[in-house]
Amino acid sequence: MSETTFDGKFGDYGGQYVPEALMPAIEELNDAYQRYVLENEDGFMDEFRRRLRDFGGRPTPTQHAERLSERYGCEVYLKREDLLHGGAHKLNNALGQVLLAKYMGKERIVAETGAGQHGTATAMAAAHLDMPCEVYMGERDINRQRPNVFRMRLNGSEVNPVTVGRGTLKEAISETMRDWATNVENTHYVIGSVVGPHPFPAMVRDFQSVISEEARAQMREKTDGLPDAVLACAGGGSNTMGAFAEFVDDEGVGLYAVEAGGSSLDVDEEAGVAPNSASLSTGSEGVLHGARTKLLQDGDGQIMESHSVSSGLDYAGVGPELAHLVDEGRVTAVNVDDDAALTAFHRLSQLEGVIPALETAHAFAYLEEHADELGETVLVNVSGRGDKDLESVIEETSKRDIDIAPDMDAFAGGF
Amino acid sequence: MGNPALDAAFEGGAAFVPYLAAGDPDFDSSVEYVEALERGGADVIELGLPFSEPIAEGPTIQNAVVRSLEGGMTPDRFFEFVEALDVDVPLVCMTYYNLIYRYGAEEGPRPFVEKAAEVGLSGFVVPDLPAEEADPLREACDEFGLDLVFIVAPTTTGDRLDRIMDRVSGYVYVQARLGVTGAQDDVSGQTASSLDRLSEYDVPKAVGFGIKTGDHAERIVAGGADGIIVGSALVDIVAEGHENGDDVGAVASRLEEKARELKQGAERGFAQRAPEAERT
Ligand SMILES: Cc1ncc(COP(=O)(O)O)c(C=O)c1O
Repeated sequence: MSETTFDGKFGDYGGQYVPEALMPAIEELNDAYQRYVLENEDGFMDEFRRRLRDFGGRPTPTQHAERLSERYGCEVYLKREDLLHGGAHKLNNALGQVLLAKYMGKERIVAETGAGQHGTATAMAAAHLDMPCEVYMGERDINRQRPNVFRMRLNGSEVNPVTVGRGTLKEAISETMRDWATNVENTHYVIGSVVGPHPFPAMVRDFQSVISEEARAQMREKTDGLPDAVLACAGGGSNTMGAFAEFVDDEGVGLYAVEAGGSSLDVDEEAGVAPNSASLSTGSEGVLHGARTKLLQDGDGQIMESHSVSSGLDYAGVGPELAHLVDEGRVTAVNVDDDAALTAFHRLSQLEGVIPALETAHAFAYLEEHADELGETVLVNVSGRGDKDLESVIEETSKRDIDIAPDMDAFAGGF
Repeated sequence: MGNPALDAAFEGGAAFVPYLAAGDPDFDSSVEYVEALERGGADVIELGLPFSEPIAEGPTIQNAVVRSLEGGMTPDRFFEFVEALDVDVPLVCMTYYNLIYRYGAEEGPRPFVEKAAEVGLSGFVVPDLPAEEADPLREACDEFGLDLVFIVAPTTTGDRLDRIMDRVSGYVYVQARLGVTGAQDDVSGQTASSLDRLSEYDVPKAVGFGIKTGDHAERIVAGGADGIIVGSALVDIVAEGHENGDDVGAVASRLEEKARELKQGAERGFAQRAPEAERT
């Protein structure tokens, strides 16, 4: 387990930079986190694990990927979080937080979502646990992720479009914080990644670390050892931290956080736009959404609009613990561009019969480019499935020349 | 600790503290607008330095921030803005911590505070900087003789109140209700209990969040506030003028008129207070 700090600092990163109105709620949450999550008061963690198993479908398998292994000349294993209920790792955290809100006596849930995957997971958990839920989502992301918007509504959640700025995750987080500041007395904000003020980064990591806890045991069982490398895509970094947490002390295991390189790593300072979401690789230290961390920002400290073909990675910040582990040299931050991710999406679909989320595809694109440097056994965290991305994939594939993709013209003509 | 200019502004009656986003909708008009507030009776002016993620603001001020940023506002332009103003009342910079933290070559808040002192600002309000994270900024403010105003929310009680009151100077910003900034149609009932909790602390208490009319101002000051802070109701006037393409002078006189209404409301409220409740 990686270090748990009680002051909410990971080196210089982390902290609690929020409006005063929220501070008492954050203290209350921190207290609940210590008691229920860390000390299992009232059997909270037992109930959480039972519900993850029975409602969520845990444990998810760790699967040997035969054709990828053949292709790369190493043993590739897939941690199949795409098989979790809802189709992504996001349920681990959402279920944990909604249950915690119940234990705390809160009456209402708010959440933000980028890809819609966290919103979907939260809507499911809220329906499962009978809590009213409202989800804020950028207008642009609503258009990119319509199936998830409908899933949230089916589960009885309200989806509130956010129109300010570029209408992506960054704006949705700000808007959810505003709702929380207004309704803080009865509302819990289920933040979607290892970001935000303490205790969120530590707490979300703890809920997600079930991924590496299972994967570590499953790898031992299947290979008698540990992987040489673990790969996970990094947006805010929750599946990354979840996949890494139990391996952090295993020094022989290389940990790779794969960011969205977008269309380029260069930045248009004048326009305030980074055509990527690679805050670990190219960002600088600053304060956003409650924490000090690595950010995409201009020379004045204004936050940049980020970009990625996958909306779940499209965020200008990253979790403070992940930023710290990268600075310490324990985690290697790398990135791949939109084209490589899209190609990897098609490759995995064809070679393994697994249609990954576009977010996840970034990790496979890195494997394609660097398999020979990663060692003999590589574990890739399949953070989610790609059903939600099909509309984006059709659109983005049609713009490009990806030789392994199905014939898009035939597809456009209908079948 | 602190700055004599702000202390003076809260002496002899209830202070009127208006807010505008600097550079909204453009540098030159905004200079006129801020100067109009002084003519209307401002005792202190809070000048917003726009940040791209203003999480404590409602739609009115969010939109002002967008206009100002699109008009080219930056921290350096902001300091030029302060220098361009012809006003005598103390000016407080309201911004988010990342802009303060990132300014200058050296890490941390010191270069920003040094520059602020140089252009004649009197203090800061930083809505995303709670007392727990404020020591580096507090130290820099002490070094350069500036005030650091903290916000007290309706939810703030007990230890947190003490922690804030240990670090505050200039005035304390009493948030009248939960939520984000924005003009309201009535005065929140939470204000009285907030003022009550603060009565034992010897620092001026300025109430803000939602104040819109002279009548609101009157009631809040009559209820014990040492000052009123008004943002969205003034920003609304700027926004309307901008949308209608009104003449800058016309918008400025509307602002001056609104400022006068609010100041006079505060004065009426002060006159109603029992003599023993007055600050000496
Ligand atoms: C499938 C999937 N993977 C990864 C992410 C990125 O988030 P994080 O880095 O917090 O895991 C998302 C976000 O929505 C996602 O849906």
